[in-house]
Amino acid sequence: MQIEIILNGKKVSLDVKNNELLADTLRNYGVFSIRKGCDTTCCGLCTIWVEEKPVLSCAMLSVRADGKTITTMEGLQREAEEFAQVLVAEGSEQCGFCSPGFILTVLAMKRELKNPTQEEIVHYLTGNLCRCTGYLGQLRAIKKYLGVA
Amino acid sequence: MNFVGKSIPKIDGMAIATGKPVYTEDMVPPNALVVKLLRSPHAFARIKTIDTSRAEKLENVACILTYKDVPNRRFTLAGQSYPEPSPYDRLILDEIVRYVGDEVAIIAAADEETAEKAMKLIKVDYEVFEPVLDYEKAMGHPSVVHPEADVHCNFDIGMDKERNIVSSQKIEVGNVEEELEKCHIVVEETCYTQAQAHGMMETYRAYSHLDHTGRLVVVSSTQIPFHVRRQLSRALKLPASKIRVIKPRIGGGFGGKQTGAVEMFAAIVTLTTGKPAKIVYDREETFTATNSRHAMRLKVRLGADQEGFIRVVDIQGLSDTGAYGEHASTTFGVVGQKTLPLYNKTKAVRFMGDVVYTNKMPAGAFRGYGATQGTFALETAVNKLAERLNMDPTEIRLKNLIKEGETSLVSEGIRLGSSTLHRCIEKGRELIGWKDKYPRLEVGEHKVRALGMAVTMQGSGIANIDTASAEIRLNDDGNFTLLIGSTDMGTGSDTILSQMAAEILETTIDNIIVHAADTDISPYDPGSYASSTTYVTGMAVVKAAEDLKKQIVESGARILGVSIDEVDYDGLKIITVNGDNEVTLEKVAELQILGFGGKRQLVGNSTYGSPVSPPPFIAGFAEVEVDKETGKVRLIDYVAVIDCGTVINPNLATIQAEGGLVQGIGLAMYEDVRYDERGRMTTNNFMQYKIPTRKDIGNIRVVFEESFEPTGPFGAKSIGEVVINTPAPAIMDAVYNAVGVRITNLPITPEKVFLAMKQM
Repeated sequence: MQIEIILNGKKVSLDVKNNELLADTLRNYGVFSIRKGCDTTCCGLCTIWVEEKPVLSCAMLSVRADGKTITTMEGLQREAEEFAQVLVAEGSEQCGFCSPGFILTVLAMKRELKNPTQEEIVHYLTGNLCRCTGYLGQLRAIKKYLGVA
Repeated sequence: MNFVGKSIPKIDGMAIATGKPVYTEDMVPPNALVVKLLRSPHAFARIKTIDTSRAEKLENVACILTYKDVPNRRFTLAGQSYPEPSPYDRLILDEIVRYVGDEVAIIAAADEETAEKAMKLIKVDYEVFEPVLDYEKAMGHPSVVHPEADVHCNFDIGMDKERNIVSSQKIEVGNVEEELEKCHIVVEETCYTQAQAHGMMETYRAYSHLDHTGRLVVVSSTQIPFHVRRQLSRALKLPASKIRVIKPRIGGGFGGKQTGAVEMFAAIVTLTTGKPAKIVYDREETFTATNSRHAMRLKVRLGADQEGFIRVVDIQGLSDTGAYGEHASTTFGVVGQKTLPLYNKTKAVRFMGDVVYTNKMPAGAFRGYGATQGTFALETAVNKLAERLNMDPTEIRLKNLIKEGETSLVSEGIRLGSSTLHRCIEKGRELIGWKDKYPRLEVGEHKVRALGMAVTMQGSGIANIDTASAEIRLNDDGNFTLLIGSTDMGTGSDTILSQMAAEILETTIDNIIVHAADTDISPYDPGSYASSTTYVTGMAVVKAAEDLKKQIVESGARILGVSIDEVDYDGLKIITVNGDNEVTLEKVAELQILGFGGKRQLVGNSTYGSPVSPPPFIAGFAEVEVDKETGKVRLIDYVAVIDCGTVINPNLATIQAEGGLVQGIGLAMYEDVRYDERGRMTTNNFMQYKIPTRKDIGNIRVVFEESFEPTGPFGAKSIGEVVINTPAPAIMDAVYNAVGVRITNLPITPEKVFLAMKQM
């Protein structure tokens, strides 16, 4: 069926199958920042924003995105770069494969939580797996970026 | 130093952090065929008949290949320098399938849906055999995993395949049994380390196409482009000159991508159809049909005298290589190589045992490569010995560990070039609060906190075997191209190698273009594994940069009409010592390259292999909290004090250490590859196979205690692997100190702790 979405500020019309996942639809459309890492909705790599809220795009049927506003890392480059500068300065981007999903979740957290504690940060990001960094460098970068202790 | 020792950001950092399309799958041509694999549902079987006719009739199916359609030359997927020590024991597709997930047919179609549909239409009739699932029963099992006659070993690794033995090994210096008789005290411990999945975020993937001259081009997320080229050449019976392998950015490897996986399948489809083809493994295939750490059983016996000197180290092992022998003999050998040199007051040491085939997913290379398994067993035994001798675990180590300038029974007279391990132990016990907290403190009614520790060594590259080349060009407008074949898989090795080049050439990071890795262009490098990139490739880069610098100075002096002793070079210009004349680097480049007559572009070259593999060292300290009612273990604090020689990039080294420690914590407490009674892997996704999340780790502190390694680039050794080794034995000992149970079979789960406490 045909769906219409607002993708990174632009209206896009897409032909999708009934059983198609949004992660696949968007990647096939050329949104390469979306990656699938687990197939069981637990790694956080494919995180995007639907109506400004972080959502696993591998757990959402494309048909359900009809009429929705979708934001991916491609649509948040400037803000992503601000945080990425801090992350890279810490050396904690490592392989970078989980970065888009991770950064979109960090930016969503920034909107949602004011001055989060370390426990709140860790809790908010638990669903974003990373196998390279051991998470600690990411935490240091987040704290610096948000200016929290 | 302008660059070495500085936390320079990764040169690819911003692109990969912000989601740019720089990974393998992002570059696949849009018309590429989709390759899918039909896999065996049986752990051990022979394909009696296979019927692909209905599948082939489907529209948009490009080709379906079975064992009848592939070349008949056996090969290994192990990424090792030729001649590989791993046996040539596999075919692209075989009539015999040896584990659940072994490939049965290759399906290529225009789209994924068609490929999946075609897969369901293939009819296979199997003759099912009794599988070998328990590696402790593999030796002499009635089922022989590799009955075929054409398995080939490049040299003797002690194979006895009729008994399912891939490799048998023994090294002994002195007489272990005689010396044990003389010891005041002997302790014995049998440890089991489990198979561990790499769990890199980017699953295995590759695509292939034919270039404008008809050559096969394979783009792959691999740690070993040159080895992959050799594997493809052998397996496909295609000259290596007809193959090009390119490595883009990689989404993590941890050793998993030191074994070929997907390349063969895309390549054979492209060769068969002439069309581009891509293969992307899903997470389940990555868990069940690639490779993992070798599970091992290691029995350690230690003998000590009355004063607490360790006189005998004896390790007898058994390793499970699964269905194929990738890295079988070498991971096992490393168990001995990275344990026996540590305690050098010994009079006899021995390491012996076997590696066996089973009908499970093949094991392969995984960060630590046997040293992880060996460290767990040895350090567990040393902690037990300390207790029996009534000695502090830190003291027994300070008394017995090898020091800089010393030899061990197995070091063949070569003295240890660098070590601060004793200082690492002293610093670590101070940071963890050893004096106040060891061994345990009750914290509340049913909770207790306790400390444990362990030390480890790894290597830096493979001595006398792995050799890397590097090339640096001075380009026409005065910048440089650094060509290397090592494979930055996220570690930042491209960056640290450019730091080394910039340091020697007295230029800036921005002025160096780093290119890696492409077998058509890069100078030969085995790839990034065996903790080799900083140390081996790094030395090649240093020497290539020195070679180029010398040529620049010579050229400048010639242009200025003076001898090389009469000029200085500051990275920007060559200037006469008395300061009256100068020529810029750009001008040198221009005069060497542009215009007519007598020109030669300046290129620095080096090929480097080391006769030694200097060990980095770590002292690791764990503080755990154990709930005596439930057996639940919580890691409170972990301190790792590291000697990796000179730290080239403190930030990147710290992240390597933190990431490796957390992977080691996963091995210690959470991760376990498990099978059911029919040989099907039950831990085939992240729901079942638990890698640590950010909630599962406590506080972790990484401290460097630098040494200077005389054979290393700027005094550096390695960091990538050694970091994974200490958590398992340190946490295990902390749990013992907390509640008195030694969980010698990893991982240390609450159930095991609870049940062991019940049996006390």
